[in-house]
Amino acid sequence: MLHWLLDPWSDPINLRALVEVVALGATGGALGCWIVFYRLAYSAESLAHALLPGLVVASLAGAPLVVGGAAGLIVAALAVAVAGRTPAIGHDTAVAVVVTGLLGLGALLALSPDTPARLQELLFGDVLGVTDADLALAAGLGAIVIGALVVLHPSLLVVGFDRSSARALGRAPLVVDIALGILVALAILVAVQGLGNLLVVAVLVAPAAAARQVTRRVPAMMAAAVAIAVAAGVAGLYASFYLDTAAGASIAAALVLAYAAAHTARAVRGARRA
Amino acid sequence: MPDRAAVSRAEPDPAGAAAAPAPAVSPSSDVAVACENVSLAYGARTVLRDVTFAVRRGERAAVLGPNGGGKTTLFRALTSELEPVAGRVIAPGRCGVVPQTERSRLDFPVSALDVALMGAVSRLPWWRRPGRADRAAAHAALERVGLDAMADETFGDLSGGQRQRVLLARALVQDARVLLLDEPFSGLDTRSTELFMGLLDDLAGEGRTLLIATHDVDQARAWDLVLCLNGAQIAFGPPEETLTLPTLERTYGGSIVELPGGGGHGVLPPHHHDH
Repeated sequence: MLHWLLDPWSDPINLRALVEVVALGATGGALGCWIVFYRLAYSAESLAHALLPGLVVASLAGAPLVVGGAAGLIVAALAVAVAGRTPAIGHDTAVAVVVTGLLGLGALLALSPDTPARLQELLFGDVLGVTDADLALAAGLGAIVIGALVVLHPSLLVVGFDRSSARALGRAPLVVDIALGILVALAILVAVQGLGNLLVVAVLVAPAAAARQVTRRVPAMMAAAVAIAVAAGVAGLYASFYLDTAAGASIAAALVLAYAAAHTARAVRGARRA
Repeated sequence: MPDRAAVSRAEPDPAGAAAAPAPAVSPSSDVAVACENVSLAYGARTVLRDVTFAVRRGERAAVLGPNGGGKTTLFRALTSELEPVAGRVIAPGRCGVVPQTERSRLDFPVSALDVALMGAVSRLPWWRRPGRADRAAAHAALERVGLDAMADETFGDLSGGQRQRVLLARALVQDARVLLLDEPFSGLDTRSTELFMGLLDDLAGEGRTLLIATHDVDQARAWDLVLCLNGAQIAFGPPEETLTLPTLERTYGGSIVELPGGGGHGVLPPHHHDH
């Protein structure tokens, strides 16, 4: 059994992947709680999908993906902001149009040259292909996000709980919203390397949503979300190693299973109490 | 185009040396919150005009008016959430706010103690977390509103009256000198209302200033001052001067009926009555 558990990690590729999923899980799990509280899941998903052209251009030009991702995020955020102002369409529709447009543009860019960019890796991630530099970046940005969450905790709580009274308590909702938006953008940049453009939203939403089902207080929920995210990441890597499934997709599947399990646990407990 | 020069905001000046040019409200040394010719607007739409009043330390002022009459808008100006388009607002930097409980997130996983503790945030710089002394203050505030035994209950699981008292505890932890209460009695049963009224009297007794938005004319009668709003200031003064039939009719834009059996007034909304 011990052999079975330790075998995968003798390979440095898998070991690096393990460190990566732990970093992503800690970042995504903790930040995800605020994404759920502030109802930002759709925004986070939109940004993650819409930065694809940036990743493709970086990949074609041989530039670091994080640079392309950052540029793609800025373009996506601006496009969403502009489209959202179009009257008579509605914010959600405008965002959907922009996101689909940018995702399509990314695919078009990736498939047109003679030597196509590794589109599949960009879309679904390549957690087994992370380099030491990628790891350092994920750990660094993750530490920044978690440190900021610790410092901003009282402000996030005050604004999230009662937006209309926040000013009277000395916390401006706009400032807190912007700070949270920047943290979400940073987390997407980190996670997109390992999990890819399409699956990144899984680690930002599913662990927090699962943790919400089984906890009653914010700190407990954040701890549970981190634990669920890390556990699902590790489980996904085992699945990838022993069942030969795609790593990123296995992690996303494990996250969704964790949510389903938490939801069932809550329903069973509720039925027993009734 | 609003006259920007006429728009300003000031802290109440305990020394009485207000530097305002020709104030409409004479700056008495213990004025805690005041407005001078204040107009408030959302974009181009003016929602409240000509508001001029002053409430002193330890006074309880009822704010009467129909829904949409400007009560909540006035509170937003007093907390500097909304800048006046004309006039001058005199209020402490951070008023304590006791909102209607439906405005807070009932699905938020926080305890009554967590909510009370949020009051401490207003006294802390943004990078500091509430400490042990703040927790003690939060417990003391919950004790004061009679809810320390419920400190660990989830806020959203409490009754409406209990939630209202937790939000009052939050303002107490904030140690605000001026409290703005937005219809604190809506949805409360008689017992909760009595408890809450007693608390408000105690708070005024310690020199805190209370502005209470309410629909209950009889409650207003028990307090020191009444401010009637309906898109503009209709009246301001002690209850015996303001709670008259003509004033109430202008405030509510409907008809006021004399309730049988002694003294009370009821308000009939306009659509109940045809002319």
